[in-house]
Amino acid sequence: MTGGLPGPAPEDRPQPDGRRNPQGERIDARGKADPETRTAVVSALVEHEPGVLAKVSGLFSRRQFNIESLTVGPTTVDGHARITLVVEETDAGIEQVKKQVGKLVPVIAVGELADDAVRAELVLLKVRGDEPDKVHAITRMYEGQTLDAGPRTITVQITGDQQKIDDAVDAFRQFGIVEIARTGQTALARGDTPTTPGESPAASAESTAERPESEANRTESATNRTTTEATRPQPTDND
Amino acid sequence: MSEHAPPEFGESERPGPDAGSEAEAQVESDAETPAVETGAGAVVAALERAGAETLFGVQGGAIMPVYDALYDSDLRHVTMAHEQGAAHAADAFGIVSGTPGVCLATSGPGATNLATGIADADMDSDPMVALTGQVPTEFVGNDAFQETDTTGLTAPITKTNYFAQSPDSVGDTVGEAFALAREGRPGPTLVDLPKDVTQAETTAGPGEPATPETHAPQIDADEEAVADAARTLERAEKPLILAGGGVVKGEASGELRTFAREYGVPVATSMPAVGCFPEDDDLAMEMIGMHGTGYANMAVTHCDVLLAVGTRFDDRLTGGVETFAPEAEVVHADIDPAEISKNVHADVALVGDAATVLDQLDAEVAHEPDCQEWREQCRQWKDEYAMDYRTPDDEPLKPQFVVEAFDEATDDDAIVTTGVGQHQMWAVQYWTFREPRTWVSSHGLGTMGYGLPAAIGAKVAAPDREVVTFEGDGSFLMTIQELAVAVRENLDITVAVLNNEYVGMVRQWQDAFYDGRHSASEYSWCPEFETVAAALAHDGPSVVDFRIDPQANVYPMVPSGGANGEFALSEDQL
Ligand SMILES: Cc1ncc(C[n+]2csc(CCOP(=O)(O)OP(=O)(O)O)c2C)c(N)n1
Ligand SMILES: [Mg+2]
Repeated sequence: MTGGLPGPAPEDRPQPDGRRNPQGERIDARGKADPETRTAVVSALVEHEPGVLAKVSGLFSRRQFNIESLTVGPTTVDGHARITLVVEETDAGIEQVKKQVGKLVPVIAVGELADDAVRAELVLLKVRGDEPDKVHAITRMYEGQTLDAGPRTITVQITGDQQKIDDAVDAFRQFGIVEIARTGQTALARGDTPTTPGESPAASAESTAERPESEANRTESATNRTTTEATRPQPTDND
Repeated sequence: MSEHAPPEFGESERPGPDAGSEAEAQVESDAETPAVETGAGAVVAALERAGAETLFGVQGGAIMPVYDALYDSDLRHVTMAHEQGAAHAADAFGIVSGTPGVCLATSGPGATNLATGIADADMDSDPMVALTGQVPTEFVGNDAFQETDTTGLTAPITKTNYFAQSPDSVGDTVGEAFALAREGRPGPTLVDLPKDVTQAETTAGPGEPATPETHAPQIDADEEAVADAARTLERAEKPLILAGGGVVKGEASGELRTFAREYGVPVATSMPAVGCFPEDDDLAMEMIGMHGTGYANMAVTHCDVLLAVGTRFDDRLTGGVETFAPEAEVVHADIDPAEISKNVHADVALVGDAATVLDQLDAEVAHEPDCQEWREQCRQWKDEYAMDYRTPDDEPLKPQFVVEAFDEATDDDAIVTTGVGQHQMWAVQYWTFREPRTWVSSHGLGTMGYGLPAAIGAKVAAPDREVVTFEGDGSFLMTIQELAVAVRENLDITVAVLNNEYVGMVRQWQDAFYDGRHSASEYSWCPEFETVAAALAHDGPSVVDFRIDPQANVYPMVPSGGANGEFALSEDQL
C-alpha cells in the first residue's frame, strides 16, 4: 500500500491522561464514569394536527430514548393537545429529550414536571368473578369502581399515581387477572405553575384560537422552550 | 452582513439568511398577495414570493398540476435525470447560494428517489425545500397507484414536513416550508401535495412567508455565558477554535477570522466548515477527525480550551468521545440548543447565531490568552506531520497530485464537489480552501454519487465560477446519467475521475481490518469513462479519467472510535 505520511508514530507521541465518559463529560471535572438514570415526566403542548404523535414517537425510537409511557389528549384550547411522556434517562438524556421534542415544529412548548406535580394513571382490571364480595372490597379499598360484573368476570377501574396502581394490581392478583389495560401517566404542574413554560391555564381556557403564551413570555418560551426551571443550557457547576 | 464574507464572491449581494428574510419582509409586506387560480398556482406563487430561484426536478402524474403552473412562471426549472440528482443539485444550490434549493418529484417512486438527497441535506443542515406530488386525498390510505406515505417516510430526515390540507392554505404552507428551511439551523423541509389540492380552484394567494413564532431561533447568546466564555478563553494556555458548518451557514467566516487573528488562537475545522478559515493561514490547523490532518488532531487532543462554533461533534470528527479533547474546557456555541451537550459536554453553552456570538465574544474578551508557546507547538506539529505524500518516479500517478494540479489551474473561488470515498478525502486534504461555500460534499450521510449532481446545482447557483468535481470510479457510476443534464443546460463543469478500479475506501478498510480479504471491493471491469463521456457529454461538461495508483491509501487515519491523537500515518500503524 502507498500513501504513508511522515511524522512520529502513535507510540512516540505525547498522549494526555484525561478522559471523558460516554456522555462526553470530563471525568475528573464533573462527569461520573457511569451516571445514573432517573424517571422524569415531560409534558409537551402540541398543535393537534395529523402526524404529530408519529413525529413525537418516531423521535423517541430513532434517538433511542427510554420511554415508559406516552399519553395524549386535547386541552382547553381548540387545536392544541397535551402529550405526557414518562422517560427514564440520565440528566443529560432528559435534557436531550426536552430539547429534541421542543425542536419538532408542531410542538409549542415543553416542560419537565417538578416532583410535586399532580400525576394520575388509570387501569382497567378484568378479574375472575368467583369471589365477587372480596373483589368489591378491594375495589373499595383502592377507591375504584366496578364497571362490569358478569357470571365469570368482574371489571374494575382504579385511578391514582403509579405506586397506587402497582399496589392495586398486586392486590387483585389473588383473584386471577384475566386482562389488564393501563393508560400510562398523565400529569399537570401543581398550583399556579404552568405545566409547560409560557402556558397560562386561565387565559388558555378563554381564548380558543390564540396560542396560550402572552406576548411577554412568548420570547421566553421560544428561547427557553425546554423546562419549567432555568432552561438555558447551564454552565457546569464545578464547585 | 456584507462583512461576513469576502465581497469578491458576491456575498455582499447575497445577504445571509436573516438579512435576506428581513430585506424581503420589508419589500414584501407592502406587496400585494399574488393572484392565483389554483392550488398549484399558489404553490408556485409562494416559491416566487419566498425568493426561490431555481428548481430541480422530474415530472410525473401527481406533480403535473404544479409543473403546469410552472409553465407560466419565470422560475428556472432544471429537468434532472433522476430525482436523487434533483435533491443533490438542490442541496448544492443551497450550500453555494445560501438560499434554499428546491426539488420537485412525483409521488411514490419520485418521492422515494428524493429521499437519499433529503437525508443528505438533513445530516448536513443544508437549506432545501422538497415538493412532492401525492395521490388525491380521497385515495390516500388505499394503496393507490404510486402512493407512498411520503410525510411518514421523510419525518426523520426533514426539519419538518407538511401534508397540504387545502388549496386555500397550500401557498402559505409552502412559504412557511421555505422560510423554515433557511431559518436558524437550516435543513430540508418537504410539502406533500395531493393532486386534488393542487388542481382545485382557489384565489387564496400566499401571504408573506412566515415561520411559527414558537420556533424563532435565539440570536444573541446569554450575556453571563458570554462573560464566562470570555474568562475561560482569557486564562487558556492552549486554546483552539473548532469551526463547524454553522460558521459557513451563519455567514460568520469574517467574524471567525477577525476573532482568531485578534487573539492569536489556532483554528481547526470540521469537514462541512472547510473553507471558512483560509487553509494557508498561519493559524490554520485544517480539518480534525478521521482523515483530518495530524496537526489538527494533535491540537484538539492537547488543547485546554476548545471554542467550538456551530458543530454537532459528529463521531467521525470526535473519534472515541473518551479521548476527544480530553483535557479541554469546552465552550460550545450553536444556534440549535439541542446540540449543546448532545455528544460532548459543554462547560459553557452559548446558544445563538454564530456571527453574533463571535461578535459578542470579541467585545467581551479583554486580552489575548497567554499562548505563545502553544502557537509555537502547533507550528511545530504542522512541520512534523506535514501532508507530504511521496512521489517516486517509478510509482503510478498520485491522486494527491491530481488534486493539487487542479487547485493550481483554477481560480481561488472555484467550487469543488465530490463523490464519497478515498477521492473525497484526497480532495479535501490536498486542495487549499480559502473561502466558505467553495467546498461542497456529502459529509454526514456520505452519499456516493453526490459529486456530479452537486456540481450541476453549484454551477447553476454560481454560473461565473469554475466547478470541479472529484469522483471515484464507483461513486461516479451512481449518478453518471446526470451528465446529460449538464449538456442540456450547457454547464461547463469538469469531472475528474480518480480511477483506481476499486471500491477504494472499502478496499483500504479491508486491508486494515479484514486481513486484506477484498470482498466485493474489486471491480473486474470498469467502463471507459472517456467513451461514456463522449456519448453523454458534448458541450458543457468535460470528464477526465485519471488512472491513479490503485494501491494509494488515505492517511492520516483515525480508526472509527479510536483516539484522534493516535492517528495512523501508514498501514503498519493501524
Ligand atoms: C450510496 C452509498 N453506498 C455505499 C457506500 C459505502 N462506500 C463508501 S466509500 C465506497 C467506495 C467508493 O468507491 P469509489 O467511488 O471508487 O471511490 P474510491 O474510494 O475508490 O476513491 C463505498 C462503497 C456509500 N458511502 N454510499
Ligand atoms: Mg475507486
